[in-house]
Amino acid sequence: MINNTLYDLAIIGAGPAGMSAAICASEHGLKVALLDEQANFGGQIYKKLYQPSLKDESILGPDYYQGRVLIHQVQKSKIDCFFEASVWQVTYPEKSDSTLEINLSIKQQGQQLKARKLLIAAGAQERPTPFPGWTLPGVMTCGAAQILLKTSAMTPASPLVIAGSGPLLLLIAAQLHRAGVNISGLLDTRPKGRYVEALPHLAAALNNLPLLAKGLALMAEIKKANIPIYKNVTELTALANPSEHLEQVSFKTGNQHQEITCRTLLTHQGVVPNVQLTRALKLDHVWHQNQTCWHPVKDEWGQSSHPDIYIAGDASGITGAKGAAHTGRIAALKITQSLAKISSYQLAKLAQVPTKKLAKETCIRPFLDKLYYPAQTFLTPEDDTLVCRCEEVSAKDIRHMVKQGCTGPNQTKAFSRVGMGPCQGRLCGLTVSNIIAEESRLTPDEVGYYQIRNPIKPVNLSELIDLAK
Amino acid sequence: MPNALPFNRLETNSDTWVTLYIEDQAIQVPAGDTVAAAILSAGLLPSRTTSISSSQRAPYCLMGVCFECLVTIDGKENSQACMTQVQDGMRVSKQIQSPDLNAADTREAKHDK
Repeated sequence: MINNTLYDLAIIGAGPAGMSAAICASEHGLKVALLDEQANFGGQIYKKLYQPSLKDESILGPDYYQGRVLIHQVQKSKIDCFFEASVWQVTYPEKSDSTLEINLSIKQQGQQLKARKLLIAAGAQERPTPFPGWTLPGVMTCGAAQILLKTSAMTPASPLVIAGSGPLLLLIAAQLHRAGVNISGLLDTRPKGRYVEALPHLAAALNNLPLLAKGLALMAEIKKANIPIYKNVTELTALANPSEHLEQVSFKTGNQHQEITCRTLLTHQGVVPNVQLTRALKLDHVWHQNQTCWHPVKDEWGQSSHPDIYIAGDASGITGAKGAAHTGRIAALKITQSLAKISSYQLAKLAQVPTKKLAKETCIRPFLDKLYYPAQTFLTPEDDTLVCRCEEVSAKDIRHMVKQGCTGPNQTKAFSRVGMGPCQGRLCGLTVSNIIAEESRLTPDEVGYYQIRNPIKPVNLSELIDLAK
Repeated sequence: MPNALPFNRLETNSDTWVTLYIEDQAIQVPAGDTVAAAILSAGLLPSRTTSISSSQRAPYCLMGVCFECLVTIDGKENSQACMTQVQDGMRVSKQIQSPDLNAADTREAKHDK
């Protein structure tokens, strides 16, 4: 066992939300445990920032290095940090106000940690983007390429093509260009009309001018870089050479068929909350139409449908790194008040600043959500596209199961093992729910999501045995 | 020999490099790398084949979500290469189809002592 400490607060995820919450709670006298499955602080956004790999800081840009402030603060505070700590189950007793038990593996040793309150700051993942050929070696996500830049100062093999939609796609294109990578094509997969659809939300977005200006600067930088840009791309397909490695990307612009030879294809269609733990805990979730994904239900303090469990950062809905830090602080303040360390009056007063700052970060989201809304083919792909990478189940298979009478994702599991491979539905859950909804003319909320089972990460028997010692 | 074009390494701040063995081939990488980054820097793809159709796969998301980078690390099968930090002398092998359930697990043997 780690120790017999009963923590006031355990935080899962040491990204901007988790770090901010930990600093704030610890400042108010709470005994805090901060857990992350990575080797150190930062989450995905500030990954490896504690010891940056890239010599040239202009490649990733100042937004990345700004995270240093938060990392220095958290390093100085009195928080028990556990890294390479993979949480695979959280249990809670029937009645509230008793101890939560967190089962995890730290450096491959089974451990248990007890806490009075839990904050889930597990971040986001990239939206699954199924299209023909997306499983080929050589095809990766834009997020993956950015992670490799941050952790290892590595750039993908060229010729390189980037395809999809979203702010991260533009950012990685600019970052790779700064790193000297030749980009053979930037394929914008959005259909015509996204600007018109986003327009009604522009007025609200204007409340965050600095972020809008940053976006425009990024687009100008890409334009100046002379990267060939293809708009309204359809029928994106990755094609392989005889040794099953990516060799070519084919697509259509209008009626014109196009091909680009490449060794790496990076794709992206936005990010969605990582709901694996909130689902396994059977917390309530609600479908968010603009972000086309589920959010865990939470109140303005981040309190979930369980009174002792809070959610902050992108795990509770996409607000970006800055917004995540504010939600972390707000949740930490409420938790501090619920443990009677501050009064309700103090809570209201202390929460004013982060709440105001959060509003500035969230006001731009509806605009961005509409502007980069994925093309329908990435939500409900064509029949031949593989949906479940692990168990190799196609969109056609899912549609066939619906015709046979499957009413929800859990039934399709029983028929085909879809979602039952090692990723436990992380890369097919949204697609399967979307396809079933479309085929049965229901909403995704009516169709529902996979029942996520514990353990949410693979565990060795020896790690279970460790718990009994 | 690499069977895919390797990723390029830019100038790094890392001054400590370690050697690990991927399919018995010695690879030098900075100490802070993950095993998945080491595999990509060496161009040793695919890193696994699936148990269903034997199709070829490689690290895909790099953040512990997709489980495409499953390999055998120091005898432990089904290890996520992107979530494992490299260690000097580490031995990594590709995961071809399903792991062999009869293969000896060195970690279990260590526990029995």
